[in-house]
Amino acid sequence: MLDDDLFAQTEEAAQPRPLSVSEFTSQIKALLEEGFESCWVMGEISQYTHHGSGHRYFTLKDEDSQLSAVMFKWQSRGLSFEPESGMQVLVYGHVSVYERSGRYQFYAARMQPAGVGELALAFEKLKSRLAAEGLFDEERKRPLPPFPRSVGVVTSPTGAAIRDIVQILRRRAPGIQIILAPARVQGDGAAAEIARAIENLNRYNEVDILIVGRGGGAPEDLWPFNEEIVARAIYTSEKPVISAVGHEIDYSISDYVADYRAPTPSAAAEIVAQEHSALKRRVAELHQRLGSSIEGQLDKLEATLRHLNPRRVLLRARDRLEQNSQYLDERRKDLATAFDWYARTRTEAFRSGITRLDDLSPLKGLVRGFSLVEEVESGRLVTSSEKLQPGDKVKLRLQHGGAICRVEEIEHE
Amino acid sequence: MSEGTSFEDALETLEKSVERLEAGELKMEEALAVFETGIKASRACGQWLEQARKRVQVLIADTEGEFQLDFLDEDESTDED
Repeated sequence: MLDDDLFAQTEEAAQPRPLSVSEFTSQIKALLEEGFESCWVMGEISQYTHHGSGHRYFTLKDEDSQLSAVMFKWQSRGLSFEPESGMQVLVYGHVSVYERSGRYQFYAARMQPAGVGELALAFEKLKSRLAAEGLFDEERKRPLPPFPRSVGVVTSPTGAAIRDIVQILRRRAPGIQIILAPARVQGDGAAAEIARAIENLNRYNEVDILIVGRGGGAPEDLWPFNEEIVARAIYTSEKPVISAVGHEIDYSISDYVADYRAPTPSAAAEIVAQEHSALKRRVAELHQRLGSSIEGQLDKLEATLRHLNPRRVLLRARDRLEQNSQYLDERRKDLATAFDWYARTRTEAFRSGITRLDDLSPLKGLVRGFSLVEEVESGRLVTSSEKLQPGDKVKLRLQHGGAICRVEEIEHE
Repeated sequence: MSEGTSFEDALETLEKSVERLEAGELKMEEALAVFETGIKASRACGQWLEQARKRVQVLIADTEGEFQLDFLDEDESTDED
């Protein structure tokens, strides 16, 4: 009563009757429950207790704040992992007040590990959207350029990726020029830098193919390669793109959009080097065929020449032939260095061809003065006087034209 | 660009030389000339493929969107291996 009187004398005397703690608390509770919809909250778990009742009590925190949370036994059935202190998680639920202690807290209905959960969700969404738009269509994948002579690399100038790529290309395809378009490959803004570097290389227009990637890392570190801006830059690239993000198993969005996917930057360099090696093999093969086909023609004439005395026609031919031999010798050197694998199996055959070419030096002279003798009827070459009788008709084939002649006399060797 | 073109030309010359020789319809004089041409083209191809390129270059775009090339600082690599 005394108190009433005391209050009555103050300015707030007209107040309604005081609320009980419970009443006040339930008003707060109503305010909180109505004011906040259910939502996802991200934070680190601390003070985690998995109570004997099956309920889980924990605090969600970040650098500046904490939030008490509870997940009841019946909500935790859908948990796909065992939470523990220190874990970054995404929690879905609503806020309310635990009246007994007068504390507000978060009532968790679902929980996912952050990183995995959040990123995976974004990944899947973007992936299906870009797929629907046709960015991953197989039909638009381009073949590797047939003569790669310059490769553009989009990665960090200080990372392992560029080192690996340079090392492999230097060794396996020294003829390929490497142009690095530097970009940060992790952290804020990395995706935009990667996209710009891809555009720059296309505008610069001096490379035949692009390698876009980085070495391995935590999923968050690889994230820029899952961003739409990078996907679109790859899609728009006029030059074929090899995506090379250092993870053997998982795919990134860039892997899906790119023309080729390599599991690591080294593997991407190998792909480019393979094209180069294929060219080398092609040239080596053509070179070999060139040699054997001229040998074949020489072989055919060899038989017809064998009975002629080459000495008189040798001199003029020698110079030309020596020059050819020199070409061949030089080529042999090239082969030894450039096509060493090939040379091992083929050099012997090739060498004997060269020797034979030397043996055949009268050839040129023959063309310049000798003639071939053929049987008139069959056109078969006459290679021995034993095949002839006086009075036979034979055909002389000259470098220009020919003549039908009669055999007057036979001279056996 | 021109280097690539010259490689493609040389490869084509080499291919044609081989085809003509393998067709076997040439006189010896012509055959030798074609052979010689083919050998030259083959050598040009080999050189193109093996010629070591310049050091790794870095593409830098300035604010006007113009490009310049710089050399990458390569610490240890001495091209030997």
